Amino acid sequence: MVKNTPLIFEISEKGRVGYSLPKPLYPEYSVDTLDFSLLREELPNLPETSELNVIRHFTNISKLNFGVENGFYPLGSCTMKYNPKINEEIASMGIFNRLHPYQSVSSVQGVLKIYDELQRMLSNLSGLDEFSLNPYAGAHGELTGLMIMKKYHEDRQDFKRTKVLVPDSAHGTNPASATVCGLESVEIKSNIHGKVDLDSLKAALNDEIAGIMLTNPNTLGIFESDIAEIAKLVHEAGGLLYYDGANMNALLGVSRPGDMGFDICHINLHKTFSTPHGGGGPGSGPVGVKKHLAHLLPNPRVKKQDEYFYIENSKEAIGQISSFFGNFKVWLRAYVYILTLGKENIVNVGPYAVLNANYVKERLKEDYLLPIKGFCMHECVFDGLVDQSTGVRTLDVAKRILDFGMHAPTIYFPLLFHQSIMIEPTETESLLALNHFVDVMKKIAVEAKENPDLVKSAPHTTPISRIDEVFAAKRMILTYKDYLDAQLDTE
Amino acid sequence: MSKIVEGLLYSESHEWVKVESEGIVIVGITDYAQSQLGSVVFVDLPEAGTKLQREVEFGAVESVKAASDLISPVSGEIMEINEDLIGEPELVNEDAFSAWMLKVELSKPEELDKLMSAAQYAELIK
Amino acid sequence: MFKYFPHTIADLDAMKKVVQIENLDEMFEDVPKDVLFNEEYEIPSQMSETEIRSYFAEIAKLNTEMTIFGGHGFYDHYDPSVINAIVSRQEFLTAYTPYQPEVAQGTLTYIFEYQSMIQTLTGMDTSNASMYDGSTATAEAMFMAESITRRNKFLLPQNVNPLIQNVVKTYAHYKGIEIVMVEMKEGLVDRDDFMKKCDESVAAIIVQKPNFFGLIESFNDLADYIHSKKGILIENADISTLGVLKTPKEDGADIAVGDCQSLGMPVAFGGPTLGYMATLKQYVRKMPGRICGMSMDTEGRRSFVLTLQAREQHIRREKANSNICSNQSLMALYATIYLSLLGPMGLREVNELSYQGAHYLYDQLISTGKFKPVFHSPFLKEFVLETLIPQEMIQEALMNAGIVGGFSLRDDYPDFENLISFTVTEKRTKKEIDKLIKVLEGLSW
Repeated sequence: MVKNTPLIFEISEKGRVGYSLPKPLYPEYSVDTLDFSLLREELPNLPETSELNVIRHFTNISKLNFGVENGFYPLGSCTMKYNPKINEEIASMGIFNRLHPYQSVSSVQGVLKIYDELQRMLSNLSGLDEFSLNPYAGAHGELTGLMIMKKYHEDRQDFKRTKVLVPDSAHGTNPASATVCGLESVEIKSNIHGKVDLDSLKAALNDEIAGIMLTNPNTLGIFESDIAEIAKLVHEAGGLLYYDGANMNALLGVSRPGDMGFDICHINLHKTFSTPHGGGGPGSGPVGVKKHLAHLLPNPRVKKQDEYFYIENSKEAIGQISSFFGNFKVWLRAYVYILTLGKENIVNVGPYAVLNANYVKERLKEDYLLPIKGFCMHECVFDGLVDQSTGVRTLDVAKRILDFGMHAPTIYFPLLFHQSIMIEPTETESLLALNHFVDVMKKIAVEAKENPDLVKSAPHTTPISRIDEVFAAKRMILTYKDYLDAQLDTE
Repeated sequence: MSKIVEGLLYSESHEWVKVESEGIVIVGITDYAQSQLGSVVFVDLPEAGTKLQREVEFGAVESVKAASDLISPVSGEIMEINEDLIGEPELVNEDAFSAWMLKVELSKPEELDKLMSAAQYAELIK
Repeated sequence: MFKYFPHTIADLDAMKKVVQIENLDEMFEDVPKDVLFNEEYEIPSQMSETEIRSYFAEIAKLNTEMTIFGGHGFYDHYDPSVINAIVSRQEFLTAYTPYQPEVAQGTLTYIFEYQSMIQTLTGMDTSNASMYDGSTATAEAMFMAESITRRNKFLLPQNVNPLIQNVVKTYAHYKGIEIVMVEMKEGLVDRDDFMKKCDESVAAIIVQKPNFFGLIESFNDLADYIHSKKGILIENADISTLGVLKTPKEDGADIAVGDCQSLGMPVAFGGPTLGYMATLKQYVRKMPGRICGMSMDTEGRRSFVLTLQAREQHIRREKANSNICSNQSLMALYATIYLSLLGPMGLREVNELSYQGAHYLYDQLISTGKFKPVFHSPFLKEFVLETLIPQEMIQEALMNAGIVGGFSLRDDYPDFENLISFTVTEKRTKKEIDKLIKVLEGLSW
């Protein structure tokens, strides 16, 4: 194994320090006086480095990464839009960092006001009545939403409703959330247009159904045009409708989940509302409900009387799902984003995102197989190259895209197709950027015919080439200690 | 085209069963199953002595892209497991029909009649 | 035109032509008329950047910054300036989960380093790539233990932080898990009550170190006993204190979890922080969340990749023991940089200084005659005292002095009506501590 970039542990030297702490003031006390049975036997094997060592190391490894500011990032279902700088500036204001969650309510009126106003804005934008900003992420929001669904039925003494309907095109998280919430997920089929099949739905509905989880537009980037009928059927059967807000970006300025008949929804602020993805988190997944479910929202809650904000813990709630008010500095950024756009501009988010996706779809449909015709919403899905004879698969296309200074789209999702390529350009991309992407995709289609090996062995210009995933899974070298123990170095 | 061995019995969940002697069988997964999984990186098997029930899961195989339950095609008690698979899960990819997983003493030998023949299984995976 | 939308009129025209529409509405033909939104949103008009800045300058004034002598899970430790400089680099900040490892080695490298640091701090074998926070990580550990033991009853001592208790109980309720509370004795886990309740039906006990009252105890006896019943021990430990305290592994824990906020993360009104989870090698496939592993590329170069994903995303859905599909990556980077800077000696010093300040304050408050010791076990940076001064009076006096702390325990523990807690970190100066003492000393009722 060749070491190209050192680990922080490998630039450590005993005795080096990278910190400055105050001088000890009360030497009469010492942690060493604790009984040795309470202390660790050896110091932890943490690196010892200078400040500049640390900065250089992390700056160097940052260059191995690709961010939204490096170039086009069309990762489907992830809404990789531009993360505005003003959001970061406001979130880094000292005061917001230094408020302790247990401070008296009178000393945090500003942040409680932000919470209250943002929850009202999200309610208005989604057509629901009240939001909790407490869930930490989209999946956490799903779980919270399902708890609300379950408790709604439990409170009505209707204990047999333990099943949740999930379309076969759904995000994999949906059924997992149902399981974790003690519910059973039942899959319903899509029809040939990629939409929920109404007959399958009707057949699945009965008095054991707690509700249905849907995302609209669905994961194929298609609007569920029968949504009103779906809502009617589910409600008549006594179930609730849960909206998975992963694809909410298409709807800003277009339509509201609440108006479609949804009772509960979560919104991924790190998608639709421009907060950074942070390489996997922290995100924020607020949950909204219609009025008749508002009493079930998780604790703690922010309430307002006259112009004074206070904190409430209700016995009627589903309980507490986070240690406090969730990822405050994440939802703060979303608030800045909405204020910056204002009502005039936010209405263009959906239409521009949808236009960008349709433009890419139209430009690429001759080279890539378009399984579903008609307008798409904020993302378009292809099923691999039109010419499948070259042996170049979707994975190869995705890897080859990396060579052109772009991120790859989402691949092999949705699962409905075998060679899915899911492209979500977002509204912050220019025509110039889209054209460049289209040119690259077309070039790859040509390469697949003329020089398939070039595509199959891509990427060629990235910091590393394709990785042996089997080695990783089998050897399970998950820590620096494992690495030392395995003695893999070939000096 | 996946390999199918004549003379073995097959389940719908893609396990094969070979009758060793009266009331004793060995069990593994089919070549088709391993080809669907891709490179196997982990095989999770129960201890010898564990009681098995037909159509109930008894372990799992994991590849880099999927984890799949192993479903017992027969009822009985495990006499022995193939320890080699713990250290070398890739044996399943190399030859699924040699990479046996369990040796089982049947409690309901009549259940063997419910399994498929090689020809029937070939039809299933066609 | 608007600064986040690059579409000029000419661009729009060119694109409409390709898409074969006259106006954008035509793309929404699938959206039924009665669910089209044609009204105006009830949100304010757009703000310029200057307006945004002045607006938040005003909102900032509605909050009061205080000197923090409070804890309860949120600790005001020193945050080195280097951290912000690095975590705000767009390569880390704006990237997605590292699905394309060829262009995400930055994220994957620090996750590997983070996992290594959690491993050495907890003494466990393996860490995942991080979780939302300490409370949800504890709840996830419960699900994991349910899956390991195939039992669904858990023991939860009263001295675990009530915030964690609340989250664990919520998760348990909906999953159909039974929680049995274990009494405490002198602030520690009551061994007799534990033995009485711990039988072969118990999946795990969830213990905390230091516990909600700041007390430190060993758990080996609990671990041995529960192991003899084929159950497991989940330890929630403040990661910072593990720089000096006995590790969960040394305690006999099977799963270690907790919050990493104490690694210099700003208290930030409670979030974001970071949860950690570490376990023994034999349970690694039961661990929720993402895991980064080392591998090689086609040229034999050392590289990193998300691994063991099959156990997570593609497993039979109805058997999922977690729905987690992300990690708290940027906060894991925060922790990694913090621990790189402090190293073993710095982390030791943070604990030493906090210990010193807390014990100084503890002794001084007792010597005022207005506070009495309650528990007699060792503590590190957080402690509880008893006082007859009315809680409201304390809160008002501290508030007026610009201090947050002296939290009353009576809301969570009705029996502890006269108990309050304080926390001292290395950030608290002698001047600040003496001011706190003076304010409390001067109270009369």
